[in-house]
Amino acid sequence: MSLGWTQHLILVPVVLPLLCGALLIPVNEKHHQLKFMANLVSVLGMLGTAVALVWLTDEGWPEGIGVYLMANWAAPFGIAFVADRLSALMLLLTALLAGAVLCYSMRSWSRIGVHFHSLFQFLLMGLNGAFLTHDLFNLFVFFEVMLAASYGLLLHGYNRARLRASLHYVAVNLAASLLFLIGVALIYAATGTLNMADLAGRLNHISGDGLILAQIGMTVLALAFLAKSAMWPLGFWLPATYAAASPPVAAMFVLLTKVGIYIVLRLWLLIFANEPPSGAGFDALLWGGLATIAFAAIGMLASETPARQAAYSAMVSSGILLAIVGSGQSSLVPAALFYMLGSTLAIAAFMLLIELVERMKSPGAAMLALTMEAFAIDERPEQPVGEGIPAAIAFLALAFAACALIIVGLPPLNGFVAKFSILHGLLHPGPGKAVSLGAMALITLILVSGLAAIIALLRFGVRTFWAAGILKPPPLHVTEVAPIGLLLLLSVGFAVQAGPVFEYLHRTSDGLQRPAQYIERVQGQPVVPGPLGPGGR
Amino acid sequence: MEMVIALAIGVLFGSGIWLILRPRTFQVIMGIMLMSYAVNLFIFIMGRLWINRPPLTLGPGAPDPAAFADPLPQALVLTAIVIGFATTALYLVLMIGARGITGTDHVDGEEPEQ
Repeated sequence: MSLGWTQHLILVPVVLPLLCGALLIPVNEKHHQLKFMANLVSVLGMLGTAVALVWLTDEGWPEGIGVYLMANWAAPFGIAFVADRLSALMLLLTALLAGAVLCYSMRSWSRIGVHFHSLFQFLLMGLNGAFLTHDLFNLFVFFEVMLAASYGLLLHGYNRARLRASLHYVAVNLAASLLFLIGVALIYAATGTLNMADLAGRLNHISGDGLILAQIGMTVLALAFLAKSAMWPLGFWLPATYAAASPPVAAMFVLLTKVGIYIVLRLWLLIFANEPPSGAGFDALLWGGLATIAFAAIGMLASETPARQAAYSAMVSSGILLAIVGSGQSSLVPAALFYMLGSTLAIAAFMLLIELVERMKSPGAAMLALTMEAFAIDERPEQPVGEGIPAAIAFLALAFAACALIIVGLPPLNGFVAKFSILHGLLHPGPGKAVSLGAMALITLILVSGLAAIIALLRFGVRTFWAAGILKPPPLHVTEVAPIGLLLLLSVGFAVQAGPVFEYLHRTSDGLQRPAQYIERVQGQPVVPGPLGPGGR
Repeated sequence: MEMVIALAIGVLFGSGIWLILRPRTFQVIMGIMLMSYAVNLFIFIMGRLWINRPPLTLGPGAPDPAAFADPLPQALVLTAIVIGFATTALYLVLMIGARGITGTDHVDGEEPEQ
C-alpha cells in the first residue's frame, strides 16, 4: 500500500539539517544574523515535520507506522527508515529543545566561536537519523554524525576546562564506538542481517553457537549504548563533560543521553517482547540502573556547582529509565516515556538557567554565602523592609523553583505525575504477581534520589536567592528568558494535560508491544515500480 | 588461517587497550588507532574467510552465490574506516590544541604531582 507523498516527510528531518548545515559552512561568520535565521528556519521546518509525523503516525498511517525504503530497495536488503509513534515523539522533543536552545544561544553563545550553526544542524541530523533509522549499521553512522558534531560543540568557546573535558569525552566515545562496531559485526555474523525487523524475526530461529554469538553481540552493543547513556560504571565521563560545556550545548547534551535509552527501549520491545523478561541481561540493566541512581544521587549531594548538579540529575533520570527497562514490566513504558519527556525538558531548562543565575552573583558572592553559612552568621538585611523584588530576580527564582520541582518530582508539576505513575506501576505489577525485590529497591532509590535532589537544589537556591545584599538584578535579554519560559510552560502543559498525553503514550506503548505487526509492516513495504516496470533493465 | 588472524586481531586489540590506559595523549591516540585496525579486521572476517572468491558478480547470467564472498562486511568496513579516520583526525587536532594551551601532553591537561 502506498502512503502517497506523505511518506517523504520521514526523510525531511535528516535531509533538511544536512543541507542547511552544509550550506552554512561557507558563509562568513560576519553574517551571524543570516546564519541564525537559516538555522531557525531549518529548526522550525523540523518542528513542523515532527508535528506532522506525530499526527500521521497517530491518525493517518495504517497501524501507525510509516516506512521509507532508501533507494527503493526492499526491506531486509536496503536501509529502511521507519517512523512510528515513539520515533515521532522523539523527533518532536528534539525539535522543541533545539528551537529553545537556538533562541537562547542567539545573543552571545553562537558568536564566541566559528561554525556553531553548522555543528548544531549536524547534531540535529545525527539525532533525528538515530531516531528514524531501522538498520543497525546505519544507526552507527548516525551516532557518529551526532558524536562528531558534539565533539565540535563541546569545544565551542575553547578554554582549558572544555579542552580537558573533550580529551576525555572523545576518547571514551571513540572506544564506545569501537564496541558498537564489534557488536554489529557479531550480530551480522550470527544472523546475517542488520535490519532490526528482520533481526527480530531471525533471532527466534537460531540456536546453538549462532545464538551464543548473537547474545555476545547484543551484550557488546548494549555496552556501547549504556556508555552513552551513562550507566554506572560507564558514566564517569558525564558530569565533568556536561559541567564544562557551554550552557546551550549542555542543554542539547541532555538529549544525547536519552538516545542510548531510546535504542535500548526499542530493541528490548522489538526483540524480547514475546519472551518473559528473564536472563542476566535484564538483571544487569536493573541493577546497573539502580547503581547509577545511587551514584548520581550521592554525586548531586557532593557537587559544589549547579552545572554539576544538573549533570548528575541527568544521570539520575538515565538511571531511573534504565532500571525501568531492566525491570521488564512493559506496562511501565508510558510512565517512563512521560518521565523522560518531563525530565529532559526540565534539566535542559535548568542548564540554561544556571548561566543567568550565575550572572547575577558578583564574583566572590558564592564564597561569602558559604562562609556565612558555615559560621552561622545571621544576615541582617541592610535595606528597608518592603522593597519590591526586581522582576529579573523574580523570574529567575520562579524558573529555578519550577525546574527544581520537576527534577525532584514534587507536586504540582509534571515531575510528580511522572514519578507517581512509575511508583504506581511498580507497586501493581499485574494480577497474581508480587512486587519483586528489584522493584522495591527501585522504589526506594527513586524516593531517596528525590530527597538528595531536594537537599542539593535547596542548598543552591537558598545560597543564591536568599543571600541578602549581594544580589544585583542581572541584565536579561528576551531571547534568553523566552526559551526557558517556553520549556517550563511545556512542562506545565504536560502536567495540566497529563490525561491526553498519557493516552497518547499508551497508544505508543501498545504499538511498540506488537512487534509481529511491526515486522510485517516493515518487511511488507512494497518497492515503487520503476519506469520500465518491475525487473526492467 | 582462522587462528592466525584471530591472534593478530587479539594482539592488536590488546596492545590498543594497554595504550589507551596510558597517561600521554600520543599513547592514547596510538591505542585508539590500533583498536580501530583490530575492529576493522574483525568486521572484515565476520563475512568469513574465503580464498579466491570475489565479492562482486560480473558478467551476464544468474550468479552462483557459493562462488562469491559476502560483500556486505566489506562495504561496512569501508564505512567504518572512513569514519574512524575522520574521528582520529579530529582527536589529533584536539591533542595539538591541548598541548598548545596547557603546555603538557598529559591527558588530564596537567602533570600529576610527584
